Amino acid sequence: MNYLAYGVAAWLFLIGLYGVVSSSNLVHMVLCVGVIQSSSYVLLLSIGYRIGRPAPIFSDISPGTPAVDPIVQALMLTDIVVEVTVVALLLSLAVQIHKRHGTLNPDRLTKVSG
Amino acid sequence: MLAYGAMPPVGFVQSKYGDMVNSLTVSERHITDAVTAVNFDVRGFDTLGEEFILFTSVLGVVVLMRRQKDEPAGDHEDQLPGRTIPKPSDAARVMSFALVAPTVLFGLYIVTHGQVSPGGGFQGGVILASAPLLLYLCARYSDLKRVLPDKLVDISEAIGAAGYIVIGGACVALGGVFLQNLLPLGKSGTVTGGGMVAFIDLGVGLEVSGGLCTALLIYLEELLEDKEQ
Repeated sequence: MNYLAYGVAAWLFLIGLYGVVSSSNLVHMVLCVGVIQSSSYVLLLSIGYRIGRPAPIFSDISPGTPAVDPIVQALMLTDIVVEVTVVALLLSLAVQIHKRHGTLNPDRLTKVSG
Repeated sequence: MLAYGAMPPVGFVQSKYGDMVNSLTVSERHITDAVTAVNFDVRGFDTLGEEFILFTSVLGVVVLMRRQKDEPAGDHEDQLPGRTIPKPSDAARVMSFALVAPTVLFGLYIVTHGQVSPGGGFQGGVILASAPLLLYLCARYSDLKRVLPDKLVDISEAIGAAGYIVIGGACVALGGVFLQNLLPLGKSGTVTGGGMVAFIDLGVGLEVSGGLCTALLIYLEELLEDKEQ
């Protein structure tokens, strides 16, 4: 049971990777990349978690109380920002591809033009 | 698999830094939210980089989505002809109109209270940027443009991005280190707690909401131009 959170992270990573590999639509593929990234959230949070400790917000608990690790939570915030930017950029690439080639299926993007 | 086996069980990972930050944020930094303390005070320079990741990607979206001369216009082969988008229902319009003002207020609250409770510039900025989406749901695109002109969005983004550097540079000019907290640290548990963090938060909030609104407006424009054709 103690290792369940790591297993969830690994499962999210693999299922997202499967989605990217087997995808037949670029928008679907971008969302699968998002699923892969969410595995890193689960991993970071499970590393920072301590059994029985409260959140690191000291406005309602007295300062100095042992709490869960705030550093990995801050890293996860960075992670979320990076995911948003990656998804936004990839989606705009997908829009451009759809404009140029009229399709979002990567298997049909075989035409090369220079 | 080897790494997986060597990991300590969930809930028992030891990290000295985390405990150190937890025990010092209130006494030394006067910030009651340890995550904000880490992001905007202890490693404020990294957050500057993070903010510029966002800035650059919005720039990338703008560059990628601009209208090009040789762009083929007309029907796409995988588009259903004669398909119309249904109008939003009255209930959705009333609800989203009612939610616009509370959303803006809530976003501002989250931006400014990152030192006290969970929140801060990134989270509040996203909430602020969702207000224009609600406006788009309850009105036409032209109304949205009237409330939220491009200039306002651009200025907010620019002030947000520049503000962070200006704050950091001001510290150097005053004889400190880049982003060193030179303001009085204030009373912990209030908005003034943490000194400069409130201003950095505000800058990041402006940048995030401006950046997301820019991306949103660009995507909407793209959609509507396609519909007109």
